[in-house]
Formats: sequence, structure tokens, C-alpha cells
Amino acid sequence: MNTENKTWYARGLRDGLPIMLGYAAVGFTLGIAARNAGLTAFQAGLASLLNNASAGEKAGFTVIEHSEGYLAMAVMMLIINARYLLMSCSLSQKLSPETGLIPRLIIGFEVTDEIFGVQMNVPGMINPFYTYGVITMALPGWSLGTYFGVALGNVLPVNVVSALSVGLYGMFLAIIIPPAKKSRVIAALVVIAMAASCAFAYLPVVSNISAGMRVIILTVVISAAAALLFPVKEEDEHAA
Amino acid sequence: MQHNVYVYIFVMFAVTYLIRVLPLTLIRKPIKNRFIRSFLYYVPYVTLAVMTFPDIVQATTAPIAGLLALIAGVALAWCGKSLFTVAVVSCVVVFVTEWIIL
Repeated sequence: MNTENKTWYARGLRDGLPIMLGYAAVGFTLGIAARNAGLTAFQAGLASLLNNASAGEKAGFTVIEHSEGYLAMAVMMLIINARYLLMSCSLSQKLSPETGLIPRLIIGFEVTDEIFGVQMNVPGMINPFYTYGVITMALPGWSLGTYFGVALGNVLPVNVVSALSVGLYGMFLAIIIPPAKKSRVIAALVVIAMAASCAFAYLPVVSNISAGMRVIILTVVISAAAALLFPVKEEDEHAA
Repeated sequence: MQHNVYVYIFVMFAVTYLIRVLPLTLIRKPIKNRFIRSFLYYVPYVTLAVMTFPDIVQATTAPIAGLLALIAGVALAWCGKSLFTVAVVSCVVVFVTEWIIL
């Protein structure tokens, strides 16, 4: 490693520290959800090691819990994680043309909201060693957090696990509510999505639709309708 | 049909990784289509909302505890409290509620 790469790697480690702490906490609650879906600590830790996506993994665990088929899983990942496609497209503009295939394969492995964010904050082109530094911190935080969520969930008393089970949903709320406060469209979408989800869970006929398919169908229909009726301007995308 | 958890995890990984890595390796062009950009912009909010309710009510031993956690979580997030605070208070609400009523 030359001096410049070393400096960037160290900077990545530094910027990755708060991400690691946050990921450990979110990963832990994700582990509680994985445990409730029937995964072992190793399986959940492995899923987190390979996926690094809270909403995507939660949805994936739902598919596993209800044994819904591999195609349903693939479609689910495609839809829920499709936004990473946008992030990777932006990120590709921040990599110099000389960046080789291996660094691109590694950087692409860990495109998450937070890591995308810190990389976009780097002035000019990204030195891949910066990203390696961030990943060195973030990845263990995320996967070990998930692992221990399951492992501790198995030994903690029932009332504590019941309480911890809402932690992930609390985090989801903390992500969707502040933008909903600023945008009436998002606020309406959140209300409609929750109401529709509730209807699909309890009303006759539609309640026969599996939990995973429910997430897929409602996400596509509601998001597509919103995109048609309220297309976003580029400024809005960056504001969120 | 019996499904293997490791195959599920591999499918999760394969699809998610392709989504992330293709733009960095092969495509390398920004997506211009406004409908697609708008759709992808709205997806996380809709997905997270769909997954949160009614699941939060079903995740707890007593449904009312989950409902109170939802209300507390929305209120705190509305007031701009951090992700960590919202999550911890939601858990505490469930713990205390179930301690009282069960």
C-alpha cells in the first residue's frame, strides 16, 4: 500500500466508525426479526455478511419464514433493492476510468444508503482504499450485530424479546416519518401503504396472498402510481 | 416443496449484488428516465411502511403493546428524534405495557 492509499484507508476507517456503531444496533434488531422468522444465528449472520440491506433482508426473512419460493425471493430483492441501482449509477461517476474491475466488484458489494452517502461526500474521484476502510468497519458491525441479535434473542426472556421485536420497526419509522413531515406526497404514501397493508393482512380473499407477495404487490402498485401522479424533480431526490 | 435456507440466502445475495455491481462495471451511465427515477425514489418509503404495519402489532406478545409502540415511534420520529431514540423508546413502550397488562 503506498502512502496515499494508506491515508485514504485510514480516513475510511475513521468515517466507518460511526457507521459500524449504527449498523451494530440496527443489525441486532434485524437479528431479532431473523430469529422470529426461524433463522439460526449463523444463517442470519451470513445473510447480513452477503447482503448489507436492512429493508431487503427483513423482506427476505419474511419470504423464508413463509417458505414462499425462490422466484418470489428474487423478485422481492429486485424490487426492494432496486434503488441501489440508482446509487451505483451515481457512484460510477465518482470512480476514475482507471479504476480496475476488482475494486469495482468490491465497492459494488457494499452499496448501502450510509456508505453511498460518505462516498459521495468525498471531494473529486474516490480512491477505492477509502471505501475499503469504510467496509472494514461497517461489514463486521452489520453481520456480527445480526448474529448476536439471533444468539441473544435465543437466551433472553420472552418479554425482553417481545420488546426488542419492535426495535427494527421503530428504526423504519425513524427513516420514513421525517421525510413524510416535509412532503405531503410521502406522508400520504406512508398512510396509504400502511392502510393497504393492513387491509391485505385481514380482509377476506386478499388475506390469502402471502406476506412476501403482499410487500411486492403493494410496493410496485403504490410506488408506480405515485411516480405517475407525482414525478420527482432531481432537486427533490437529493433533498431526501 | 421444502426450501433450503442457504439457497434463499444465495438468491438474496445474487440478485442484490447484481443490482449493485452492474452499474459500476457494465452500464456506467446515469438513469435519465423520470418515471423510473421517481418509482425508485418512492419504493423505500412504501416498502418500509408496508412492512411496518400491521407487522409491528403482530410482533409483540400483546397486540396493544405493538400499537402503542407504533404511536410512540411515529410521534418521536415526527419530532425529529434520532433513529436510535425512536427504536429504544418503542422497545421500552412494549416492555412496560406488557409488564402492566400481562
